Amino acid sequence: MDQKYTANEIMALCAGRLVQDGDILFAGTGLSMLAATVAKQIHAPRSTVFFETGGIDPALDELPLGVADSRVMVGTSVNSGLADALSLLGHPKLKTIAFLGAAQVDCYGNLNSTMLGTYDKPLQRFPGSGGACDAASLGYGYVIFMKHEVRRFVEKLDYFTTPGWLTGGDSRVKAGFKRGGPIAVVTNLGILKFDDTSKKMYLAEYYKFTTPEKIAEATGFELDISRARPTMEPTEQELSILRTKVDPQRLILGPAA
Amino acid sequence: MSDKFMSTAEAVDKFIHDGDQIALGGFTINRNPMSLAREIVRQHKKDLYLVVHSHGQALELLIGAGCVKRLELAYGGVARFAPTGQRFKKAFLEKSIEVEDYTNYQMTLRFMAGAMGLPFIATTSGLQTDVVKVSGFSPATRKQEGVPDEKLTVIKNPIDPESGDVVILPPLNPDVTLLHAQYAGDEGTIRMEGLSFADIEQAKAAKHVLVSCEHVVPEEMLRREPDRNCLPPFLVDAIIPTPYGAHPTGCYMFYDYDPTHLNLFKQMARDDAMFQQYLDEWVMPLATQEEYLDKVGASSLVRIKANPFIGYAPGMDRS
Repeated sequence: MDQKYTANEIMALCAGRLVQDGDILFAGTGLSMLAATVAKQIHAPRSTVFFETGGIDPALDELPLGVADSRVMVGTSVNSGLADALSLLGHPKLKTIAFLGAAQVDCYGNLNSTMLGTYDKPLQRFPGSGGACDAASLGYGYVIFMKHEVRRFVEKLDYFTTPGWLTGGDSRVKAGFKRGGPIAVVTNLGILKFDDTSKKMYLAEYYKFTTPEKIAEATGFELDISRARPTMEPTEQELSILRTKVDPQRLILGPAA
Repeated sequence: MSDKFMSTAEAVDKFIHDGDQIALGGFTINRNPMSLAREIVRQHKKDLYLVVHSHGQALELLIGAGCVKRLELAYGGVARFAPTGQRFKKAFLEKSIEVEDYTNYQMTLRFMAGAMGLPFIATTSGLQTDVVKVSGFSPATRKQEGVPDEKLTVIKNPIDPESGDVVILPPLNPDVTLLHAQYAGDEGTIRMEGLSFADIEQAKAAKHVLVSCEHVVPEEMLRREPDRNCLPPFLVDAIIPTPYGAHPTGCYMFYDYDPTHLNLFKQMARDDAMFQQYLDEWVMPLATQEEYLDKVGASSLVRIKANPFIGYAPGMDRS
């Protein structure tokens, strides 16, 4: 593989490309923090990053390792708390886009970040919702980060933590959500989006080091690959900003290619 | 000087009882009430019922040491150091603690409802999900004192029935809330700097509030800028002057989280024997914060010292 970048790098950049200038970005830890900050540095300078802990629009001179890192408290417009930040998420005037990771996703973008098995017979434990369910319930939309594996792209979630398009169609609005829903799933193999009508996941883009067929094989439900096209290659500028300005210590990016 | 000032050992002995419902202030790797948590372990408090939003280090220590019986939480992890808390995960899988899952907003709203004396509070967050539908506690647990009869209830919006459903959340009024703050005035006014997380709601909802703090300062100093203060003295039951009381988690403007110690904890929290060794070395024999800090060592404390103009330790090795 003559790859000049890593999966983490292209994931952060592709997720960042989904951001529009002026969006209010609700970032969690890990790759989502990179996506939000890289978007702001490259093409969405007027977007605002904020954290569920209450840090609004921090200076981010160093990459925070968690949403409660003191680095999210510096140079902010407001340092508040959870009540304030999580209620801002649902503010009707703001286009708040959240970045969420999870252990499992289904074809409608519903997420599990809680457990495998049940409370009675638990098989695996993940940290739990945190603010993910809140962001997906109240925000304008959200982008999902996933490792692309059959066991993660499942027919049925073990535990339903975070509401996506529910059972597809207009089920989300019928359930009482005023807005929101998943926009895309960014994985280490490609980018998946949701059909406008059925709200079912389909393959939108694939990275140059894989194929739509391989991605379908790595998906635990039937995946429409008919609309897939290759992802635009990362530019030198994008890669350079990500590597030198956003995460120079590679704390989240991990080892270089 | 107010009579609320006391030692960690006195505060824990006086206010924390086996079986109490306890709320922890701070968030994952920041401002955890660690010196209070270590003292709870040393005093062998048991059957605690923890109610938290996103918690990390103090939660890990208390669960690992066997102090916890029951837990309501939104998130259990120590940021990048342990994306899922290792002692929490183990206790959950072995079913040695009872767990019920909420979201951060739900937990915060529940503390708020408790603080305001409301019988319930409503949100649309979580509609249709297992967070709302699936109870982690058994029917027998539901009948016990302090446990809500129902986890979450969904009703039609009573104000505007056309607009769909809402989730009804039970309030929380913990027996004790534990906080770590930057400043306490000598009459007991509390000032926290940086993000307050849900500390203020948790304090206002609680029957008793214990606050460890970095500095005790003359009350007039805090009252010169009251807009920056967080809690009035009458809400606070015990104040424990404790420099580095949040270590190994961070405290904005005073010190960063300690990556070396958090990585050590991560290694030692992997299995029961090693975790016991951690307790035997870092918790049980160190009766005071002074002894604990001697063990942490001056060079470590200097490494994490916050730049007072920036609030954290810039350029610190965080790998």
